[in-house]
Amino acid sequence: MTQLLLFNVTNGLIIGAFYALMALGLSLILNLSGVINFAHGGFLTLGAYVAYSLSRFVGFWGALIVAPLLTVLLGMAIEAVFIRRLYGKDPLYSLLLTFGLALMFEDLTRFSWGASSLPFVIPEWLASPLSQQMFFLTGYRVFMVAIVIAAVAALFLVLRYTRLGVRIRAGTLDLDTVSSLGINVRGLRSLNFGLGIYLAGLAGVLAAGMLGLQPTMGTALIMPSFIAIIVGGIGSLAGTLFGGLLIGVASGVTTVYFPSASEAVMYIMMGLVLLVRPRGLLGEEGRV
Amino acid sequence: MKRFAILAGVWVLLLLAPYWLPLVGGYMTLGTRVLILGLAAMALNYLLGYTGVLSFGHAAYVGLGAYGAGLTIKYLGFGTLQGIAAGVVLGTVAAVVIGPLIMRLRGIYFAMCTIAFGQVFYFIAFRWHSVTGGDDGLGGWKRLPLHFFGYSLELVQDEVAFYYVALAFFAVAVCAMGLLLNSPLGRMQLSIRENEQRARFLGLPIERHVLLAWVISCLFASLAGALYALLNNFADPRILRWDFSGELVIMAVLGGMRSFWGPLLGAAVYVVLQDYLSSITENWMSFIGLFFVLVVMFFPRGVLGVLKRARS
Repeated sequence: MTQLLLFNVTNGLIIGAFYALMALGLSLILNLSGVINFAHGGFLTLGAYVAYSLSRFVGFWGALIVAPLLTVLLGMAIEAVFIRRLYGKDPLYSLLLTFGLALMFEDLTRFSWGASSLPFVIPEWLASPLSQQMFFLTGYRVFMVAIVIAAVAALFLVLRYTRLGVRIRAGTLDLDTVSSLGINVRGLRSLNFGLGIYLAGLAGVLAAGMLGLQPTMGTALIMPSFIAIIVGGIGSLAGTLFGGLLIGVASGVTTVYFPSASEAVMYIMMGLVLLVRPRGLLGEEGRV
Repeated sequence: MKRFAILAGVWVLLLLAPYWLPLVGGYMTLGTRVLILGLAAMALNYLLGYTGVLSFGHAAYVGLGAYGAGLTIKYLGFGTLQGIAAGVVLGTVAAVVIGPLIMRLRGIYFAMCTIAFGQVFYFIAFRWHSVTGGDDGLGGWKRLPLHFFGYSLELVQDEVAFYYVALAFFAVAVCAMGLLLNSPLGRMQLSIRENEQRARFLGLPIERHVLLAWVISCLFASLAGALYALLNNFADPRILRWDFSGELVIMAVLGGMRSFWGPLLGAAVYVVLQDYLSSITENWMSFIGLFFVLVVMFFPRGVLGVLKRARS
């Protein structure tokens, strides 16, 4: 029983790390540009499938580096052509647009790579369990968590210490002032969008190694990411990170005792948080 | 006078649909589907277009209406009317419970919470296989004949009769919404859409009015859901999912959010298009997605919005 619990808590943490990675990207875009990017899951799927196709030529490591960057290129192109025109308009339109993109991504992935799930080959030394006792702790899982931690740390460092990060944070608070200080807001939003998409692409490649590839893999992750943002507090990136891990673990623990409620528990948590603290656990007052 | 002419035109078209529909290559079930989804989109638009509150989770209430009707007819032996009533009650109660949790949020954050909350019911229907049929949907029941004043109306085989039953419910719901929008209550909701801050300064209890609009909108949405389940003799978990919410929003936008009949027109275009696309290509989802993108980029005011603008 203890081992089962431990297994599911670990599993929950890993899944939670995915939620967090995905939600951080969503949150970045939402905070600066006021766009809920429904297509975020589509970018994740695309990152995974591009990595799958690339890995035949450049191997796992090459794919891990190149695939997210290719996803970013596509993301920034889409931002420049479609999404940019909708900034400042009724949020309804960007919702509908990214929703349509999400439908297209899913269907085109199915069309190009097939509907059945595909395996993603990871290096042999990563695939084996680290110890007999903890059979579920494969090298890949540890590696994945390490990558996620590195990516999140890098994101927070960029936001804290670089000029780009300062501008993003300032723009989140007051974009008009940032603009009137002579900063190119258009470019800022574009880079910020790319940063968010990078996280989605990276999460896609990592998820592919653990769960294999399916056209619906991104769509399945988008709702938990929304919940992570709401629970953690809209406008707070630290909150989003915390929210992702929290609902991951909660759903992992629930799987042990009451498997069919593993999704419902996230929504119950969201309801409770909204009831007692509408701005979210780490959200700031007045942002919502 | 012009308003009256439009109104008369719409109702004549709706009343005579079984006669002209086959002439343009339609079939009755398609017509009924347009009518019912049009009602759902109009119910959504009560909130979206007339109160200015962005809900992206109305599928939940449509779906609850459908499951409420289906479950009570299948397991409790309810008649058609009681089943519809049960669906409406279920959807409305859910709206009353969830509404207060999200009333303090606005705009995009409100949208996000409605999406997320909508998914709860999808997962319940999806997971609770023994009762709801899970992913396969809730089948194995049929709409029953209607009995009133000694008459008995056969609905099981007769698609046209069911169309008129649906039309009767549609008429009641649409009249109710029209009257509400023209009442002081509806005017207050419009003022919230136009300038929420000003309305608040004038002393309107904003949260209470938005909540009321939310509940009214969900009530009619669940009515549409109950009718939709009866139309198909089946409750589909897909109409509880967030993609269906998006479809409802695109119907409202496509027809014109600022006009009362816009969503019905949008539903007609959307349903016919979807029906056509899914009959000619397996990749209809891509085309529907592309359609969303095109509507947003080139047609954000919708058909009636464009017409109105061209005239003025």
